Amino acid sequence: MSLAFAALQSFLLRSSGLSLDRDKQYLVEARLMPVVQQAGLASLNDLIAKIETDRALAKKVTEAMTINETFFFRDRQPFEGFRQVILPELMKARGKTRRLRIWSAACSTGQEPYSLAMILDEEARALMGWTVEIVASDIADSVLKKAREGAYTHFEVQRGMPTPHLVRYFTKRKDHWTVNQTIRARVNFRQQNLMEDFSHLGVFDAIFCRNVLIYFAPEQKRDVLNRAARSLAPDGYLVLGAAESVIGHSTEFKPHDDHRAILARRPRPDLCSF
Amino acid sequence: MKTVLVVDDSPMIRRIAKKILEELNFKTGEAEDGQKALVAVSDSMPDAILLDWNMPVMDGLAFLVHLRQLPNGATPKVLFCTTESDVKHITRAMQAGADEYIMKPFNKQIVKSKFEEVGLC
Repeated sequence: MSLAFAALQSFLLRSSGLSLDRDKQYLVEARLMPVVQQAGLASLNDLIAKIETDRALAKKVTEAMTINETFFFRDRQPFEGFRQVILPELMKARGKTRRLRIWSAACSTGQEPYSLAMILDEEARALMGWTVEIVASDIADSVLKKAREGAYTHFEVQRGMPTPHLVRYFTKRKDHWTVNQTIRARVNFRQQNLMEDFSHLGVFDAIFCRNVLIYFAPEQKRDVLNRAARSLAPDGYLVLGAAESVIGHSTEFKPHDDHRAILARRPRPDLCSF
Repeated sequence: MKTVLVVDDSPMIRRIAKKILEELNFKTGEAEDGQKALVAVSDSMPDAILLDWNMPVMDGLAFLVHLRQLPNGATPKVLFCTTESDVKHITRAMQAGADEYIMKPFNKQIVKSKFEEVGLC
């Protein structure tokens, strides 16, 4: 392993929690050569040598190495869980305040929070008089820009999304489909690196943190999960990706009795009253 | 194994669609217009029909209207697959009894996603 690759590994782990395996050298070249060219540098080694001192360049490297694979209603089951379990249970528990806060913690180009917003719109009758806030965050400004614009190609709107939703919630503009304002207005996009303190975002009733921690090293994963537990209401829910688990990383959560894809906060013994 | 009838006047589109569907474990048949598709479904009703809109002899919409009037014609899932990609066309197709709508050009991910949507994948 070259010294430059080791330096990049160390930088990515510290800056974004990303764990870059040795067999991912090909990925480094594919993702970072455009950054090398944009910056007018001669080689990948020159780029890596500069990232510790050049913050703008460091940000570009982090963004380039971030995985942004996403699509509407991805994996379906978590969204059914949201509609059938999370929403009804939270509505029962929050009848007095009639307020809900949901966090899409690595929202990439916005498909996940917009999918949640569409579900909330479908449940509008039951939610009449409720205030539901969706905060959607990502580390990368470039994907957040696209998320805020809410304009998707015809390939993007056809992956995962039922056609009736497309007709109801999107407007076709030339070659793109744009999310209607009523849905866009439900989502508040924020830049947030999960490796940094996120307590300022407040406490949430449900956190969707799907398919991001799989790229994190164990220690970073543990840290994010434990801080996420503190940002979650005691009766709140955490939703991870289909292939993800908290086992071995956090004892703060337990699977929901009726829906394995949903994690509920484990009651803390020190909070029990007898 | 579930069966899909691919109805499109373009031999190339039929070939590509059939290849994708076979990779998704469907058994496929084909017809080059709505009229021939009606003959095919009267012989054997498939589980799904991937249906082009603009075709000679009988277009996709006319075929769909005829299909839904046949005995067992309500059974197959119909997925339009067309270059017509405006809301007006999509709405007309869904109102006429289509179950899903694919806008061309398509790829395997889209086809898989739409067949999942109608419960066949």
